[in-house]
Amino acid sequence: MTDVLTPVLTDIWDAEQAWKLATYAERGGYAALDAAFAMSPDDIITAVKDSGLRGRGGAGFPTGMKWSFIPQDNPKPKYLVVNADESEPGTCKDIPLMMGNPHVLVEGVIISSYAIRANKAFIYIRGEVVHVIRRVQAAVEEAYAAGHLGKDIHGSGYDLDVVVHAGAGAYICGEETALLEGLEGRRGQPRLRPPFPAVAGLYASPTVINNVESIASVPAIVKNGAAWFGAMGTEKSKGHGIFSLSGHVRKPGQYEAPLGITLRELLDLAGGVREGHQLKFWTPGGSSTPLFTDQHLDVPLDFEGVAGAGSMLGTRALQIFDDTVCVVRAVLRWTEFYQHESCGKCTPCREGTWWLAQALTRLENGQGSEADLDQLIDQCDNILGRAFCALGDGATSPVTSSIQYFREEYLAHLSHGGCPFDPARSTAWAGTEVSA
Amino acid sequence: MSAPEIEKTDLVTVTIDGVQVSVPKDTLVIRAAEQVGVQIPRFCDHPLLAPVGACRQCLVDVPDAGNGRGFPKPQASCTLPVAEGMVVSTQVSSPVADKAQQGVMELLLINHPLDCPVCDKGGECPLQNQAMSNGRGESRFSDDRNRGVKRTFPKPINLSPMVLLDRERCIVCQRCTRFADEIAGDPFIALVERGVQQQIGIAEDAPFLSYFSGNVIQICPVGALTSEQYRFRSRPFDLVSTPGVAEHDACGSAIRVDHRRGTVLRRQAGDDPAVNEEWISDKDRFAFAYAQADDRLTYPQVRDEDGALRPASWPEAFTVAARGLAAAKAAGGVGVLTGGRLSAEDAYAYAKLARVALDTNDIDFRARPLSAEEADFLASHVVLTGPGAGGVTYADLESAATVVLVGLEPEDEAAAIFLRLRKSVRAGGTEVISLAPFTTRGLAKLGARLVPTAPGDEPAALRALAGELDATAVLLVGERLAVVPGALSAAAEIAAATGARLAWVPRRAGDRGAIEAGCLPTLLPGGRPVADAGARVDVAAAWGVDALPATPGRDADGIVAALVAGALGGLVVGGVDPDDTADPAATRAAIDAAGFVVALDVRRTEVTDRADVVFPVAPTTDKSGTFVNWEGRLRPWEAALRNPASLPELRALAGIADELGASLGFRTVDEVRAEMAQLGPWDRTDRERSEPGLSGTTKPPSEARDDAVRADGAVRLATWKQLLDNGSLQEGDKYLKATARTPVALVTPDAYDRYGPTVTLTGDRGSMTLPAEICDDLVDGVVWVPANSVGNGVLADLASPGTTVTIAGAEGVHG
Repeated sequence: MTDVLTPVLTDIWDAEQAWKLATYAERGGYAALDAAFAMSPDDIITAVKDSGLRGRGGAGFPTGMKWSFIPQDNPKPKYLVVNADESEPGTCKDIPLMMGNPHVLVEGVIISSYAIRANKAFIYIRGEVVHVIRRVQAAVEEAYAAGHLGKDIHGSGYDLDVVVHAGAGAYICGEETALLEGLEGRRGQPRLRPPFPAVAGLYASPTVINNVESIASVPAIVKNGAAWFGAMGTEKSKGHGIFSLSGHVRKPGQYEAPLGITLRELLDLAGGVREGHQLKFWTPGGSSTPLFTDQHLDVPLDFEGVAGAGSMLGTRALQIFDDTVCVVRAVLRWTEFYQHESCGKCTPCREGTWWLAQALTRLENGQGSEADLDQLIDQCDNILGRAFCALGDGATSPVTSSIQYFREEYLAHLSHGGCPFDPARSTAWAGTEVSA
Repeated sequence: MSAPEIEKTDLVTVTIDGVQVSVPKDTLVIRAAEQVGVQIPRFCDHPLLAPVGACRQCLVDVPDAGNGRGFPKPQASCTLPVAEGMVVSTQVSSPVADKAQQGVMELLLINHPLDCPVCDKGGECPLQNQAMSNGRGESRFSDDRNRGVKRTFPKPINLSPMVLLDRERCIVCQRCTRFADEIAGDPFIALVERGVQQQIGIAEDAPFLSYFSGNVIQICPVGALTSEQYRFRSRPFDLVSTPGVAEHDACGSAIRVDHRRGTVLRRQAGDDPAVNEEWISDKDRFAFAYAQADDRLTYPQVRDEDGALRPASWPEAFTVAARGLAAAKAAGGVGVLTGGRLSAEDAYAYAKLARVALDTNDIDFRARPLSAEEADFLASHVVLTGPGAGGVTYADLESAATVVLVGLEPEDEAAAIFLRLRKSVRAGGTEVISLAPFTTRGLAKLGARLVPTAPGDEPAALRALAGELDATAVLLVGERLAVVPGALSAAAEIAAATGARLAWVPRRAGDRGAIEAGCLPTLLPGGRPVADAGARVDVAAAWGVDALPATPGRDADGIVAALVAGALGGLVVGGVDPDDTADPAATRAAIDAAGFVVALDVRRTEVTDRADVVFPVAPTTDKSGTFVNWEGRLRPWEAALRNPASLPELRALAGIADELGASLGFRTVDEVRAEMAQLGPWDRTDRERSEPGLSGTTKPPSEARDDAVRADGAVRLATWKQLLDNGSLQEGDKYLKATARTPVALVTPDAYDRYGPTVTLTGDRGSMTLPAEICDDLVDGVVWVPANSVGNGVLADLASPGTTVTIAGAEGVHG
């Protein structure tokens, strides 16, 4: 069964001190660099385009095409910015990747920067994960010492400096233009587009912003060729991707597999749902993607498959909830998260999340009537597609999808006069004696 | 005046709610919709601020973006530029757009306190109005079924001594923070916190101190920002609004005077794209209480036999004034000092009174340091210039490649010029170069290049700069240059040689109009030179008199000297503060020495106290008038208040003239306007202008400076008046006063090390002790102090600007 996995980025995670340069180099690390320097930057862009690599940060925009938007006749410096502000509830792939294999990211940064003719790259890491920041900093330091970074890298005449930047604790800074604001030292709020970052991004200069996993996928594409990468996955969603399974599964963790794998296959790998319980609902790509249920076990987890079933592949953050979980309570928790993280710039998200949280709290407490469900749907309709950025849109996904699939459960709260579930039963320690 | 040349622009045709309209390329959909009569609701959008798309109130449906494809989601029309063939459906024709707008409005109101009945904005509130037009009548957030909990804040907080913030009313549209950042350049307010807790905030110990802070109150689309001055004073629907013109500087800014039952309650910026756009300084906005002060003169007074002033009837005052002036005329003559705050109509009345009733050209509006060189400069380079007549305009400042400032600090002395320059600099089109002793805060905000220039060195610095100037440059010279020998001549010479355009910027609202109206010893109304016989005949004929006095008169300094010497017998004086004049002590002595003094003023002053006859005159609110701004643009206004006992100067002067047996031929502003229009400007085409010096009384000035030996502690005195200081027109508003900058003496780092944190400056008129502040790029050997922020001001208490004073440490003195 494990032969469905395609460990590329995760391959060396189990090695002794996998994060060290020596370990990485022993296994052929930084070899792709010389292959890249032997190519012209445009050829690398072409190779990445041909590979079919699509952004691994959630939106799935073709990476090579993004690079080709950088106007090379612009006299300003070009920048590569790596979005490592992984903060989506349920998403847990970039952080373990940077912990387990930071050098693949650094090597990817070098090749990608070379391709877009950037001499300065930034890795913007979520501020809360100090251990990861330290690890990437150490990797960058090692790379400098080994001559992979700095002046005249590998005698190619190409110079690159990498800055590891720590965020300050805002979910919104995962939105690429808010990230740029934060990187420039300003308040993290999304920018008006156009101009798009490719034209006027960091310091109003042409900028490519890519997810950690996208950039980390580049060395293998350069080394093994576009065809190798394209052979994995499905027609329009090629390659490998890290699927992170969390929640009520026996073996939670990161499973690197070709896009198009199904949850049924992944659950098999992860040992199934928690003993004695059934799958109730799950998120395909983090909390901002509409929920799936056990009807969706065989949906191919690629961009088209998930979209076809009414959700989004997102960051392949598969949060598994079994039958002990109250969906209203779960949705309320997520909504409280969005309310807390709304940056405040636009009305629908700022005010809408405030209202949604109050409305869901009442429902979870068994107050209100069925009319409130329709009102909730209407509120979501007034937020979705009306907000300035995708944060507001994402906040509505769990609400609308949960009402779509679990309307009866909402109503049960009303008839029961409160939540019919025992929250203790869904905890990891359920069934064991816990004393203070 | 000719209309500015219409720029050729590419037109783009779009269809909005089924109506086709062609608008210039890059027009935003929200404004294109206005062209077809559709008002899309909006909050964060402001035509003079960069688009931000934050409030989402202006969402519209775009079924075709011009490329055959539509947008899947409603679009913010305030950030979306038109495209050829674009189809837009607003709330008028699209249920989707209408629902989106209603949805945003509902969300905006869930955390809004809805305290409209006690809110200053209630009645003129975009949120209130648009909630009615584009919102639902009932709240779903907090109704019988759902008791939604609103976010609350303790209220209110002071952003500055003048500006208050009620955070719970705020819809965080960012208009105020964008204004502070983009327009004023004082980004002391910013968004803090996030989500519903997001609010406007200031840094600790850094209040929102900006000369333009009041504008944020006006553009706030809700009642979140209020002023200490106006908060809870009135309701908009009780106010009567009258357009006016700001009287505090020579910018001619349009204002709106809001009054109720004869009392002015507030002033707002008017909207005049050619002049001040939609912005005014805090002085223009908040400084109006002076006209309602307790010391306002409301009836004429004459000096009794016992030596005290007593109330008098108007006819008696006219008679007494005329009798005294006739006697003074016989005893050597009468001088006329008019001050710089007159309307052009009042100035004309003074000019005519001097010539036809007092038979003299001894008239001068310059109640400040002046020179004969300046009078010549005004006669040959300033009078009769204006928009359409070769004059530099605000628009020209925007299109100029370079603007050179000499003797002018626009943020302090001409606020609307400052804002226009900043706009132009931000747009990337203009470089500002300033010949000044240091980089002021205003210059820093203009990104200006400093040409470090000690006071007095301007002519040489100008000549050195001449090589960089051409016809794309504008030279703005301030009135302070009058006391720098050779500076105005150098500016004129360089403008002529390089093709750069030249404009003179005075400080006071009435200065330019007084020149046009003939309140100069060398100029008759309409720019007619006294020295020109034809010009005199022209005016004499129009006025129906046999002849006008032919000798050029004395200037203000000459009048003062003549009074002290007894060569003049009397004085007619209006709105002059001796402390503003070149030599305050001499001016006081002159008033005391004058055999007979007629004073006209709005309020009781030391001059009216010393006068023999006092006439009350109307402040700008009570009369119609016209200011001529620095551009030479006419800025007429009508009276806001009906106050029959409050009369313009021209009425009092006409009464005196009648009693003198020399009727002025008018008694009302309208009559003066008609007469001025009939007289018209001097037609110069039939006469070569003689240069330099139409009066022929001045020789080319010597630029040689008395460069005092750099004896220990000898420094040259640089000074000008700050926007907010001890000026009498700012009296009566303690909140405004609290926003003024703290008076300090700016010294070089060396001088600071030497003399310490408190310095005493000593000049030929006295001493002044001030906290010292280091100014890094202050020219060596120079000290700067604000001209009228401490004591009686620099001219009275210290020395004349540009002269040498001594600096010393003032240990242990804290004053």
